Amino acid sequence: MNKKMQQNLAWIILWGSAFLTLGILFIIIGHILQKGLPYINWQFLLTDPEDMGRAGGIYSTIVTTIYLTFVSLLIATPIGVGGAIYLTEYTKQNFLTKIIRFGTETLAGIPSIIFGLFGFAFLVIYLNLQWSLLSGSLTVAFMILPVVIRTAEEALKTVPQSYREGSLALGASKWQTISKIILPSALPGIVTGIILSIGRIIGETAALLLTLGGALYIPQSLLDPGRTMSMHLYSLAAEVGAMDKAYATSVVLIFTIFIINISATFITKCFMKRFTG
Amino acid sequence: MSNKIVVKDLDLYYGEHQALKNINLKIKKNKVTALIGPSGCGKSTFLRTLNRMNDLIPGVKITGEIALDNRDIYSNDFDVVSLRKQVGMVFQRPNPFPMSIWENIAYGPKVHGVKEKKKLDELIEKSLQDAAIWEEVEDRLHKSALGLSGGQQQRLCIARLLAVQSEVLLMDEPCSALDPISTLRVEELIEELKEKYTIIIVTHNMQQAARVSDYTAFFLNGEIVEYDTTDVIFTNPKNKKTEDYITGRFG
Repeated sequence: MNKKMQQNLAWIILWGSAFLTLGILFIIIGHILQKGLPYINWQFLLTDPEDMGRAGGIYSTIVTTIYLTFVSLLIATPIGVGGAIYLTEYTKQNFLTKIIRFGTETLAGIPSIIFGLFGFAFLVIYLNLQWSLLSGSLTVAFMILPVVIRTAEEALKTVPQSYREGSLALGASKWQTISKIILPSALPGIVTGIILSIGRIIGETAALLLTLGGALYIPQSLLDPGRTMSMHLYSLAAEVGAMDKAYATSVVLIFTIFIINISATFITKCFMKRFTG
Repeated sequence: MSNKIVVKDLDLYYGEHQALKNINLKIKKNKVTALIGPSGCGKSTFLRTLNRMNDLIPGVKITGEIALDNRDIYSNDFDVVSLRKQVGMVFQRPNPFPMSIWENIAYGPKVHGVKEKKKLDELIEKSLQDAAIWEEVEDRLHKSALGLSGGQQQRLCIARLLAVQSEVLLMDEPCSALDPISTLRVEELIEELKEKYTIIIVTHNMQQAARVSDYTAFFLNGEIVEYDTTDVIFTNPKNKKTEDYITGRFG
């Protein structure tokens, strides 16, 4: 085979991969939109499910998804960002920080069902928090913590060393430098990480089946059980067999994730702008 | 003539490597002292010992004494934060913060407790005027400092120091990233600032050292080879190595 043929073959294979990737994506999304879009209307979005979801809408699951996202971010963000600040600004690079980093990376790759199992055994049963918004939120907070730490760390590392030196050279303390210069500069990057974790929270199903329960009503307190859109989708497809409603729920989920990703891209762009003037 | 900074028997190690050897130097108040020497000779390292910026680098060990107004800056009761307020630093590359010009200058006074907007406004105008950049930025104070040219950014960084009312200005090759016209403006500025400040400047540019400084110290391999008035160093150096360096025979 000569050089020219190799070149052409490589082009065909690469083009094929790109085409297949996009093609498969379009088929899946197209299929879901085709099956689900006809059922989407205000009534579907704004009424609670009835008869296990066979009738009615998905209002309570949308609200529960928002609750769960909010509570778990409230738990994971301060801890994650705090941890990242400690790792980048306060520790010297040594064996221990390498282990911590390796640990967070491993944690980020662990299947979510394992977090679910832990949440079920420890939070739901041992701490007797029951199936509840609190158990579910804590579980997904543990799950996204490594992602929040990693992205926050990356964002903090992109803040030029010269900002730190400039601030310290003016007589600012370390904490003033961190809170007034470094964190604001890294904020868009940190926010991007948080937004991407929202995607994971919204998509999470297995771990929440074990910790959030599955009640169809909107939780009234942290100790009430609930059901997110993804859990509802699973139940509709696997247990109830209401495929029309399952497709419609999928459409809502896809749009939610779509909006989240667009805002992440937008914020990242603002971030880049800031550093280039 | 009073001494602002007196350095006695200063040694500095990066781990095993000794970067500064037995440095003894008296820096005169309200004068410009230039530190010259080839790359890696320790002049920047020395400059950074004067406001303890080397503290940020792991593995640095320092022995000896540096007295600022007769107080040892490495003693335990000398607060690093107040040292850096007194001894400000301008870096090789201009490093304005990613915020507005106003906020850049206000940052220093704010961290030192000035809160009143009116007082900050006055301080900012004065600092920018003293740094000879007021006219260029007066109508864009609330725009990002990153939009300024390199030379303007460097003068902004100098203004930022003036706003915290430092006494000593350390300048680490402040013109190396600037074009000749911006360089000239910074040099003029240094000339004006020495009335109020003691200035120590590291430079690779012999003409610059000759133009702006009153005293010159020649560093080589972590040691001070010769220290004298700039006139003597550039017209009648006592040491052969100094002469070779300033005439461009090595370095």
